[in-house]
Amino acid sequence: MSMTRELAWRRTAVNVLLVLAALVTLFPLVWMVSVSLMAPGEASHFPPPLLPARPTLHNYDELFGHFGIGGYFVNSLLVSTAATLLSLGFNVGAGYAFAKLRFRGRERVFRLLLGALVIPAQVSMLPLFLILKQMGLVNTYGGVLIPTATSIFGIFLVRQYALTIPDTLLEAARLDGASELRIFRSIVLPLLLPILVTLAIFSFLGSWNDFMWPLIVLTDKDLYTLPVALASLSREHVQDNEMMMAGSVLTIVPVLLLFLGLQRYYLQGLLLGGVKG
Amino acid sequence: MKAERAAWLLVGPALLVIAVFFFVPVLAAFALSLTDFDIYALADLRNLRFVGADNYLTLLATPLFWRALGNTLYFVVLGVPLSIGASLGAALLVNAKLAWLKPFFRTAFFAPVVTSMVAVAVIWRYLYHTRYGFINYVLDLLGLGPVDWLGDPHISMTAIVLFAVWKNFGYNMIIFLAGLQAIPAELYEAAELDGARPLAMLRHITLPALAPTMFMVSILTMAGYFQLFAEPYVMTEGGPLQSTVSVLYFMYEQGFKWWNLGSATAVAFVLFLLMFAVTLLQMRLAGRGMEE
Repeated sequence: MSMTRELAWRRTAVNVLLVLAALVTLFPLVWMVSVSLMAPGEASHFPPPLLPARPTLHNYDELFGHFGIGGYFVNSLLVSTAATLLSLGFNVGAGYAFAKLRFRGRERVFRLLLGALVIPAQVSMLPLFLILKQMGLVNTYGGVLIPTATSIFGIFLVRQYALTIPDTLLEAARLDGASELRIFRSIVLPLLLPILVTLAIFSFLGSWNDFMWPLIVLTDKDLYTLPVALASLSREHVQDNEMMMAGSVLTIVPVLLLFLGLQRYYLQGLLLGGVKG
Repeated sequence: MKAERAAWLLVGPALLVIAVFFFVPVLAAFALSLTDFDIYALADLRNLRFVGADNYLTLLATPLFWRALGNTLYFVVLGVPLSIGASLGAALLVNAKLAWLKPFFRTAFFAPVVTSMVAVAVIWRYLYHTRYGFINYVLDLLGLGPVDWLGDPHISMTAIVLFAVWKNFGYNMIIFLAGLQAIPAELYEAAELDGARPLAMLRHITLPALAPTMFMVSILTMAGYFQLFAEPYVMTEGGPLQSTVSVLYFMYEQGFKWWNLGSATAVAFVLFLLMFAVTLLQMRLAGRGMEE
């Protein structure tokens, strides 16, 4: 009797805590959507209203009409798509080679790359800026994309996954006379498909949310990505809470949906990349 | 031989890009930090002079740099344990046998991680609003407050810590969840037969089994928290009274507002050395802990 009562009590405690934690976690995001649908000034009251009195798309109209947020949205979409393609192009082959192909210095180079992970990207930022300036890439998307094209983490991710490909499969193809690149294209790539999806999401999200580097490289307002544009808007429009929430919705919701749709791949990658090499 | 060529064909482009756009700049950064590279050198390289350790010495004599270092350390020392604690708590709850709707809660706790830092910082700046903010409204209901979250220099950094914990805890929760699921169920069954209470099981089975995960998580989280930048940039612009200027914020302003690139690079190097030293210290401590 007391055992079952204690179990019931414990079950209640666990689930109440879970609900409370979920409320705290989700409330800011839900409220963002609600406030973005309020009329200008409506949110600047005490107590703060939970729901709009009359839902309106006025803030979105304003953002698209006056502040050209559609342009920033397209910029972000372009940059993130390009970053994803570049990341797939550079990191997948490298990750596979580190896992399955013998070449001189492989272990040493790989250890060097892993060791370099401790160097924060910011150390390279200022000289990189000068190099890109020399190349005429400051204030271009080329400049934004170059440091994201390759990623040691991405190479590591693909390598960890590629290690699970059975060697016998590759050996059999070699005995059949297939060239290494042919094996990579027609046997390895299809097997790597799940991790390619993972890498693609990581690259897309990373690029979409990236802030410091685009802020440094892009000086021309028309080229701004969404986070840079939003930060600049929010510094000028501190009072316009409703409009800023609409801007946040436009920045957050696309990647949130992407994550919800593909979260299995995302979380799998997080765990694979988190495992110590 | 052919395999070797194919390997280089696959690995070469990535290594080339990493070498040119990461390793070269890192080495150049050290050289740059020993020069007086500024806006005049940016215009004409002939204005560039080698100044030895001057940038570093000047930094050590700059009060704002020490302020930034202190602020960043406060953010790390308060933020990392809070964040890991929240992650562990959430993981234990989601992993509990008695929990309902586990996939929903897992996704909900993870959602802030994938959001754009700038966008959620904008939301939280509003949540923290002294007069209209929701947080002060809740405090008011409890008969507390109001708190001037982002306007009081004694509270502003703590406010940023709470925001950062909200944003990040889902990430480590996923890693802890994987760690928890790797603990053999027989251990718990045996303990239960011995009549062990849940808290005792947590202390004697769960936490020791999570030690390696905890070690990795604390090193990675610490590295991330040292790189505080976007939060103060959006929420406080380093204020009030420079209470939220972080090392990277200081570096950004030195480098890209005042164009003192030599001195800004020295800042980046000091941050790197500090992170490196703290990581080594952690490894040393963990190593000693495991020997015991």
